[in-house]
Amino acid sequence: MQIYLPIAEVSVNAFLLLGLGGIVGILSGMFGVGGGFLMTPLLFFIGIPPAVAVATEANQIVASSFSGVLAHLRRRTVDLKMGTVLLIGGLIGAALGVVIFNYLKALGQVDLLVKLCYVVFLGVVGSLMFVESLNAIRRSKRPGAAPKRKKHNWIHALPFKMKFRVSGLYISVIPPVIVGITVGILAAIMGVGGGFIMVPAMIYLLGMPTKVVVGTSLFQIIFVTAFTTLLHATTNFTVDVMLAVLLLLGGVIGAQIGTQIGVKMKAEQLRILLAIMVLAVCGKLAFDLLVMPSELYSIGFEGH
Amino acid sequence: MLRLALAFILCITPVMAEEVVLGLSQDEVAITATFDGDDILIFGAVKREKPIPEGDPLEVIVAVAGPSEPLTVRRKDKRLGIWVNVDAVVIDEAPSFYAVASTGPLEQVLSNTEDLRHKISINRAIRFVGAPQGITDSGKFTEALIRIRKEAELYQTLENQIDLVQQTLFRTQINMPANLVEGGYKTRIFLTRAGEVIDTYERVIDVRKVGLERWLYNMAHERPLLYGLMSLAIAIAAGWGASAAFRMIKG
Repeated sequence: MQIYLPIAEVSVNAFLLLGLGGIVGILSGMFGVGGGFLMTPLLFFIGIPPAVAVATEANQIVASSFSGVLAHLRRRTVDLKMGTVLLIGGLIGAALGVVIFNYLKALGQVDLLVKLCYVVFLGVVGSLMFVESLNAIRRSKRPGAAPKRKKHNWIHALPFKMKFRVSGLYISVIPPVIVGITVGILAAIMGVGGGFIMVPAMIYLLGMPTKVVVGTSLFQIIFVTAFTTLLHATTNFTVDVMLAVLLLLGGVIGAQIGTQIGVKMKAEQLRILLAIMVLAVCGKLAFDLLVMPSELYSIGFEGH
Repeated sequence: MLRLALAFILCITPVMAEEVVLGLSQDEVAITATFDGDDILIFGAVKREKPIPEGDPLEVIVAVAGPSEPLTVRRKDKRLGIWVNVDAVVIDEAPSFYAVASTGPLEQVLSNTEDLRHKISINRAIRFVGAPQGITDSGKFTEALIRIRKEAELYQTLENQIDLVQQTLFRTQINMPANLVEGGYKTRIFLTRAGEVIDTYERVIDVRKVGLERWLYNMAHERPLLYGLMSLAIAIAAGWGASAAFRMIKG
């Protein structure tokens, strides 16, 4: 069934959108990522104008994250205190990111920089996670191996310490705020929620337990993407609510299924799967940059 | 003096020997939520007071043009091992949709001079002032624009696609794709003999969003904050709804 999207001004198959939303929703529930880093390129691919795809995707992430976070709240795997600290950093970062984005736009070549950002960050995050979780799996297979003790590093020497009971941490608020700002900046530039950067940062930098990380990340993403949606809706008029509804119908159902799958899987397995997916998207984007495209020309809508 | 003026007027305004009488199957295209393109039947007759003139046969050209807009066509090139946009050419005006149908090959039924005057072929319908410095092959950019849009069926050259009966009755069908832009679609009919245009006729087909599409589009532009909040409310409601539904199924 073809549906004409009022803002995107293109006609697409409704079931295709429902299916895409569903698949990305499952991943979102499983890994605690918004799924934007997968969905946004997929929407470009089916012919949605990039500006509409980025703005609408933010709106869809709100829905799937909300659905996911409710499931996590019931299981008490959301660290609301940590989420709020990350969120404060996230909003500051998102505002900074918009300023940087507009500056890059004025320089031209913003598309290339966004793509390079994707390749670099997805590549680094994906490989680190892949290696780490492989090691973790190998360790768990060796019987009698002592579990790794929590390291005391420079992070514990910083001031403004706060107790995060759910995460079982007593650390300074400075690292989470910095993580929030960094993710916020990248999220605004790359047009995604930023979960794929935040999840590893929470695990490896802040030392949070994996089970809490997913719910907390979703909690933070809801607010950052809601902020981005409003920003796009009021300045660029590029949020297509019809497209969003179709994506989120599939997305919210997928997120519920994904959360159920996530509970049944081991943390290391979950991380290695996410790492493989991140690396696959990175590889595809790098391939497009390196191999000669079949059409060298492209049409842009701005006159000058 | 009066006789001379009269003779002069008669000279420059020749009596319309052949005129177009036109019909459209519809002069409005309504974009609804399930819009997936539309076919427009364009038909008409040639009215004449005298018998059909001897010599070159009558030919008909139909051109439908969507609203024009300025565009930038960019070309990628390899820099430091990766493919990036390097050159860009601004096209001052390009129609968002353009279909030109004719009774025969366009270069046979229309002379170059007449094409230049009336801007009938796709190449002429695109207005392009000049390339920026350093780009010598600007023609390739307009070629690329036409090629990309032809693949999307937004530009169509429909040669030999008009049925002309007894040099009097003609009909053709224009298939408009689903990805239409709103606006007035200028529909022009040309009658030619030996490549010269002998009569033209113009109508506008109105392409409009209606119903829900219209309402959402207007709201997004006139009340953006409310529209944004509504989008968020829908997202939150859907997220909560799915969560509640799954809890019910499970227990």
